[in-house]
Order: sequence, then structure tokens, then C-alpha cells
Amino acid sequence: MDAVAIRVEALRVVRGGTVVLPELTCEVARGSVTGLLGPSGSGKSTLIRSVVGVQRVAGGRVEVLGEPAGAKQLRARVGYMTQATSVYEDLTVRENLRFFARVLGAPRAAVEQAIGDVSLTGNADRVVSRLSGGERARVSLATALLGVPDLLVLDEPTVGLDPVLRRDLWQLFHGLADRGATLLVSSHVMDEAERCDALLLLRAGRLLAQGTPAELRARTGADRLDEVFLRLVDEATG
Amino acid sequence: MSLRVTGAVAARVLQQLRRDPRTLVLIVGVPCLLETLLKELFAGRSPVFQHVGPPLLGLFPFVTMFLVTSITMLRERTTGTLERLMTLPLGKLDLLAGYGAAFAVLAAIQAVIVSALAFGLLGLDVAGPKEVVGALAVANALLGSALGLFVSAFAQTEFQAVQFMPAIVFPQVLLSGLFVDRGSMATWLRWISDALPLTYAYEALARTAANTLDGRFAADVGVVCGCIVLALALGAATLRRRTA
Repeated sequence: MDAVAIRVEALRVVRGGTVVLPELTCEVARGSVTGLLGPSGSGKSTLIRSVVGVQRVAGGRVEVLGEPAGAKQLRARVGYMTQATSVYEDLTVRENLRFFARVLGAPRAAVEQAIGDVSLTGNADRVVSRLSGGERARVSLATALLGVPDLLVLDEPTVGLDPVLRRDLWQLFHGLADRGATLLVSSHVMDEAERCDALLLLRAGRLLAQGTPAELRARTGADRLDEVFLRLVDEATG
Repeated sequence: MSLRVTGAVAARVLQQLRRDPRTLVLIVGVPCLLETLLKELFAGRSPVFQHVGPPLLGLFPFVTMFLVTSITMLRERTTGTLERLMTLPLGKLDLLAGYGAAFAVLAAIQAVIVSALAFGLLGLDVAGPKEVVGALAVANALLGSALGLFVSAFAQTEFQAVQFMPAIVFPQVLLSGLFVDRGSMATWLRWISDALPLTYAYEALARTAANTLDGRFAADVGVVCGCIVLALALGAATLRRRTA
């Protein structure tokens, strides 16, 4: 089996006349938790949208689990959490998950499992519009977990969550990776980088660096990861 | 196409509507109010009510479902749920058919209640079978849904979507022959009228009211069904898996 889950080659994306990704090349290893880090506006969501096949691309190739991104066969194998909480606000947590589970053909038990995974069991029968921002984000995350996907693509899943929940979710992500899933998780918070097996550092649509946190530390000689990021920026611009 | 996915979409849309009882009351209550007003307005001239009442009964669902569908689909586009759905094993036809089925159910409920009021309490009468009026109401609801779905692609905000109602629905109602006999229209207006689907929906209803269920009636129904399919196809074309 191919050790690479996502292969991006010379990807070029232009949105509304602006070049968001000029020519991006990177890889995500199978079975890893890979962090996609970079400031807001660096092109993280655009890359993620390209990987799940909803972004119109101007050039290059994106291959996911051995198929072209967005291929029909991938739709049941890739879980996607959008940056905006894309669930139905007028339905309850459980109703939302039941709907997505039915579309995926996932069993009912998967619904309760996903609700438990994101610690929303106590809120399962509440209408989403009554939930806090962090809780809504977790509903959205739960829908991505349904159906035991081989690849999970999560756009800022831990924004606005309290530290305990964040820790629990990262544990969940690593648990899923241990069972063979691949995770691509974006974040604009550098301290989350610490929790990833591998990192893709993005800035202004260009890949600053990719590697494990330890590799990047060794390469830059910096200890803290935001310092690593700064030195890489200096290296690239200097 | 998958029955499971279509069913899931239909059930979800109905569930959302059930969560919004005020909208449901409006969908059923407003046509009831309007039919009652009409009856009282022409209290001394019963033939006018008998002439306008039945077509209106069949046309209400068109207007209601046009609005409800265009707003619901616009929300689906703007909140990101459509993008989510497009990454799932869900065909565009499943989505459209699911929406259609849910709104057809709603239209049927609306038609039954409004008909019960009009034919029962208000003393409205048609020479043809009342069930045909009901069936035409559901067909018109589907036509409204399909058009609403299509135009939702051209609205960025709910304000814009609401404005499509007077822009697309009103001219069709005005030119359908309900208010002015098509025979007495200026030729160019007549041509426009000929090109609008609601004209055929009105004619079919008028023929039912007069109990002339002839070949012309069948042709009118055929045109309405054709327009539903055409609008759905156009709507499907606006659902893109990949967007800019």
C-alpha cells in the first residue's frame, strides 16, 4: 500500500482574481496526524478544499488515497469538517448526525459513538442554534467522524475550545490514527503544532517547510514552534 | 440515484420545517385568509369568486413553495452545508428529489386544508373533480420548488431571494389569464404569456373548474410537467461540486 495518503503536486488555485496558491507541492503520510499550520489567509482552507475536491483548481494535481481528489469512490472514505460549522442549525445534534449517517449509510450506533467522541452526549437533543460556538464546531466535527473514514480533513476543529476539550480531541485524533486513519488538521495556533506527528507550514500560499516538529526544531535551532516558524519566515524572505 | 439518500434528504427537510411551526401556520393560514377575503370581497358577486377561487387554490402552492425552496436552498449554499453534502456520497438528483418530495408533502397538506375550507365553509364549487384541483396544486408546488431551487443560485442574500418572488412569480400570475382573458391581451403580451409555465398551470385549473378535461387539458398538464423537469435540470446544473 502507498505510504502517502495525500500527494499535492504544483497545485495552483486562483480565487476571485487572487492567486491563493501559486504552486504548492506537499505530501501527507498515511496513518499520521499532520498539522497544516499557518496564519489566517495563508491558504490553509483553500488547500483543504482542494483535497476534498470542492475547490476549482487552476493547475497541478491532487491525489487522495490513490485517486484524483474529489473522485466519486472517495466520497464515503473522506470525512470533511468545514471551517464554518456546516450543520443544520434548526435541528438537534442527534437529528443532524442521523441525517449525515443515513446519507453515508452508517449504522445508528455510529451516531451515538460520534456524539460521545466529541463529548456532546448531554447535549444530544438540543437544537444546534442554542449551542455555543465551540459546541457547534464539535457537532460539525462529529459529522466528519461518521462512517469510519480513511482520511479525515479537519479545518480548524479546535478553535474556541477550552484546553481540556482540546486535549481530549487531540487524543481522539491520535486514537483514530492508531487505528489506521490519516488526519489532516489545520490550525492557526502554533502550540497545536506540538501535538502533530508531522507539520506543513504554510505562509502566503507557499510551503515554508514540512517535517516532524523535532526535525523543524533541529533545522532552525529554535525551541518553541512559533520561534521555528519565525526563523523559517526569515530564512525564506532573507 | 439512491432511495435511502433521497429519503434522508426529504425527512431532514420536513424535520426542519416541523421545527418552525410559525412558518407552517403561515403556509396554511395565509391562503385560507386570502380565500376568505376573496369570498367576502365579492360577496354580492358570487360568480367572480367562483371564477377566481379555484385557480387561486391551485396557484397558492406555487408561490409558497417557490419562496420556501429558494430560501432553504440559499441557506444550504451560504451556511456551507451544501459544500459538505457535495463531498458525501450523495447525487445531485438525490438532493433535488429529496427536496421535491418534502415540499410535495407540504403542498398536499396545504392543498387539503385550504380546499376543505374553500369547498366546505366558503361554498366554492367546481364542475370538475376536486381531487384534480388538489393534484394540480401539488404539481404547481413542484413547479414552484423547481424554479425556486434554480433562482436560489442567483441570489447571494435572503433579501435578493425574496425579491425574485415579485420578479418571477408576479408577471406569470398577471399574464396567466386569471385577471385578463388571454384572448383580449395585446399580441406581444400574449406571446410572453405563451412562454410562461404558469399560464398552462392556470389553464389546467380553469379547465378542471369547467369540467372540460379534454385533450387541451392533457396538453396543459404535459407542459407543466415538462417545465418541472426542465427547471429541475437547470437547478441541478447550478449545483456544482467544485466552486471558486
